[in-house]
Amino acid sequence: MKGKPLVSIVSAGLSKFGKREGMYGREIFAEAVKEAFDRCPKLNPKNDIQALFVGHMGESYEHQGHTGATMADWAGLLHVPATRTEAACASSGAALRTAIQAVLSGLADVVMVGGVEKMTHRTTAEVTEFLAMASDYPFEQWHGITFPGLYALMATAHMHDYGTTEEQLANVAVKNHYHGSLNPKAQIQKEITLENVMSSRVIAWPLKLYDCSLITDGASCLILTKPELARKFTDLPVHIVGSGQASDTIGLYERETLTSLEAAKIAAKKAYDMAELKPSDIDCAEVHDCFTIAEIIAYEDLGFCELGEGGELVADGETKLGGRIPVNTSGGLKAKGHPVGATGTGQAYEMYLQLTGKADKRQVKDAAVGLTHNVGGSGATATVHIYRRG
Amino acid sequence: MNMSEQSDFTIEQFYKNVLQGKLLAGKCKKCGKVHLPPRPLCDECFSNEFVWKEIPQRGKLLTYTIIQVAPAQFQSMAPYAVGIVQLEDGVRIPGMIRGVASEQIKIGMELAFDFGICTATQQWPQWPRYYFKPL
Repeated sequence: MKGKPLVSIVSAGLSKFGKREGMYGREIFAEAVKEAFDRCPKLNPKNDIQALFVGHMGESYEHQGHTGATMADWAGLLHVPATRTEAACASSGAALRTAIQAVLSGLADVVMVGGVEKMTHRTTAEVTEFLAMASDYPFEQWHGITFPGLYALMATAHMHDYGTTEEQLANVAVKNHYHGSLNPKAQIQKEITLENVMSSRVIAWPLKLYDCSLITDGASCLILTKPELARKFTDLPVHIVGSGQASDTIGLYERETLTSLEAAKIAAKKAYDMAELKPSDIDCAEVHDCFTIAEIIAYEDLGFCELGEGGELVADGETKLGGRIPVNTSGGLKAKGHPVGATGTGQAYEMYLQLTGKADKRQVKDAAVGLTHNVGGSGATATVHIYRRG
Repeated sequence: MNMSEQSDFTIEQFYKNVLQGKLLAGKCKKCGKVHLPPRPLCDECFSNEFVWKEIPQRGKLLTYTIIQVAPAQFQSMAPYAVGIVQLEDGVRIPGMIRGVASEQIKIGMELAFDFGICTATQQWPQWPRYYFKPL
């Protein structure tokens, strides 16, 4: 079997995603941690877990920074070295990479990696402002460019260069809402129609309300260990066999191309090379669909189709459950929700379920190899991880 | 430039120039790369020596969007168009597009800078705003 395991996932947890009124971020994190511990009775958390890495984007939401120590405390992991990673919406994708490095370095045998964000208690205007901090201030935010605006700039260019249509973008939303309807932890578990998307109000043309991901509260976590220790904790480990991360200009405007994310392409190549796998080996993927155009660009950057063909790929049903390569079976950021700091390891949680055959109604048949793609901001950070059934 | 001297090639200085109606980039003395906005460290050759280079105040629209849902401070202007404009010397810059109906905006159209109502705000960052208008 190709793809030497770097580390193994022996357990995973995910809180319910959605509007978690009356809950504080650390309490939602504890919910994800509880699931991960319950799934892995052979794990003795206080003895076994030697480090915690937590993805968290913004202290503005809860007036709370110092997230590493806070989450360690509330996870019952007092005194473990605990560190927050921040890379905008790729914060926990980057935390995952950091956790893999910690295990590979030999400094820790068993680590917890996760992410958390509590957002819905803030007004949409506040959330919009906090999220925009992940983009360039002096030339983008200063000139009134919002986050949907940045992805709209990519969408307009993609439509111009490749003939991608607004209907094709809408197909991403319809598909991901269908997948979300099968996920009891998704924020929205309701199917929508193409007409719903097309008639929703414009946020930043050509992107409409239903082209945008959700404002969400949520948390996620994984327990990682060395591959040789995995069977000590579980009979069903999932191996991470490839990891790639790259950065790009903070300003979208400085990039050579506006229709693909160079950081994602570089991260994908590194992950594929490390895993000795190619795009056609991937059975299912969770990609960063913060906006519908982002999923179409992800197909192309990850090699699931040729450049410019992403719109057709989704319109033809290839990325729907039952299709050639199901993408975002969890519902994605679009329907499952996007608690930004929790998204990267939340995607890994879905891969853990798929590759251990525990994805229930949304199970991809015979899924053996999976991929996650987590993007920060308008693409200044990207992480790609590849997983194999143990 | 002395190692301890503060560079003039900063975003702050770029906006001070905009306030004077000037579009100035930093050109690396060593490798010739043109930086807009200027930077104190060349990302190509790591030189910290630059000269100012005037950039023609016109270019071609690479992409655009119409913002309907705006952040609080821009709400009174919404809906408004923003785009990324390709200038000479391989540099690009984003900004709002004014003086044209949104349905008449097209990728590839020629736009010029409009320094029309350049005023600096009182609080940080005290930068003015430039705009684009049809040529």
